[in-house]
Amino acid sequence: MKQLKDDPVNGASTDRPFIHFDKVVKRYGELTVLDHLDIDIAAGEKVTLIGPSGSGKTTILRLLMTLESLTEGYIWVDGKPLWHKYNGTELVPADQKHLREMRKQIGMVFQHFNLFPNMTVLQNVIEAPIRSLGQSRDLAVARAKELLNHVGLSAKEDAHPNQLSGGQQQRVAIARALAMSPRVLLLDEVTSALDPELVAGVLAVLRELAETTDITMLCVTHEMGFARDVSDRVMMFDKGQIVEEGPPRQIFEAPEHDRTKGFLSAVLAH
Amino acid sequence: MIWDWQFAREIFPILLRAFLQVSLVITVLATLLAAALGLVMAVIRYSKVPVVSPTTSGFLQFIRATPIPVQLFFVFYVLPDIGVLISAVVTGVLVLGIHYASYFAEVYRGGIESIPKGQWEACTALSLPVRTIWQRVVLPQAVRKILPSLGNYVISMAKEVPFLLFISVPEMVAQAKDIGGASFRYLEPFTICGVIYLAFSYPASVLMRKLEIRLETA
Repeated sequence: MKQLKDDPVNGASTDRPFIHFDKVVKRYGELTVLDHLDIDIAAGEKVTLIGPSGSGKTTILRLLMTLESLTEGYIWVDGKPLWHKYNGTELVPADQKHLREMRKQIGMVFQHFNLFPNMTVLQNVIEAPIRSLGQSRDLAVARAKELLNHVGLSAKEDAHPNQLSGGQQQRVAIARALAMSPRVLLLDEVTSALDPELVAGVLAVLRELAETTDITMLCVTHEMGFARDVSDRVMMFDKGQIVEEGPPRQIFEAPEHDRTKGFLSAVLAH
Repeated sequence: MIWDWQFAREIFPILLRAFLQVSLVITVLATLLAAALGLVMAVIRYSKVPVVSPTTSGFLQFIRATPIPVQLFFVFYVLPDIGVLISAVVTGVLVLGIHYASYFAEVYRGGIESIPKGQWEACTALSLPVRTIWQRVVLPQAVRKILPSLGNYVISMAKEVPFLLFISVPEMVAQAKDIGGASFRYLEPFTICGVIYLAFSYPASVLMRKLEIRLETA
């Protein structure tokens, strides 16, 4: 079920897009990765970020997950500033408490899975709901089993990550992120570290997630077929700026910008 | 000088008992202190708390840069001047414990830094509370990596317990010295001390090497 954009329950999201980047700048010393970037993403929208490496697309996900700090500008999630909080009417840098609260609605799946190797699959999935959301163990376990079943790994719940293939580990990582019931899911090149034969299983899980939930998805990927099938919108990045954006059909079949054409032919060539 | 088996048999139980009841007990207590205190120091240093973290680093530097006998004499003979009276055995445990806590902290730091960045990022992405991150993710993984080096430090700490004879703790070597002084025979008591230490340290270090190999391949 898609979430209505003028849903009165989410009052704040009616006047602003669900995720809003307002002149976001990210610099590492002298290097400017994002240069006054503006992005709007609606609730429930599935957006794919494509572009050459170093174009800043992963940085966007990392800023949203609060793994990197903002240099300038503002990021709004559901009407609230992510990196700032109100001091009266003035926006000041947020403290850890604010960041922790804001993070709870955002989940991320990483290129290298980052499962906890000292825990079983089931423990990996229930840890955050129990410790971070304060769910009861019973509830967390029930939900985790449901999620693991969904990603096809019910049989592996007592295994440790190092006993699983990369594809299985990544599906556990997806279940772990979903166990927090995030409203936004960030997918950072989640199939890039996988052997080719394991990619399909992970993409199938994500495809189903995209089609059956109203979770907002931001996806950095080199899987153009997947991007074409699941995204509502594709953004082509280069040098920290959006070069071109639009529905997948438009970007993949009739790209306007030379940078997009060049990038796509390079990616699709192999 | 001829080895006197009769005399050796007589004093062996005394020395063994001193080793087990004093030297080893002090080693165990000081290890527990070092393990706990070292952990606190490592977490404080790693957390980069202003003022506290640099102060801890400075203290660790100071502890490591001064010899154990000086620290023993200081605590046992100087502190009473300002009204702090600590028994010899407790002094020994404290000084060895704190001294080795500084090494342990260093080992812990290495262990903590060996945790891949991705683990911390996963913790952030899951909004795990700081306490959970340390207790459930970072430390359990770090411990596996550092157990062998900690073990080796414990073995070397056991060999530094004889320093405590400077403040009259009745550990094994002090007793061997007393036996020697009373009987004018030093060959047997010190040889036995050496053999007992060897019988303890050598198997212990072999065990540590095995543990190291097991943890690496696990």
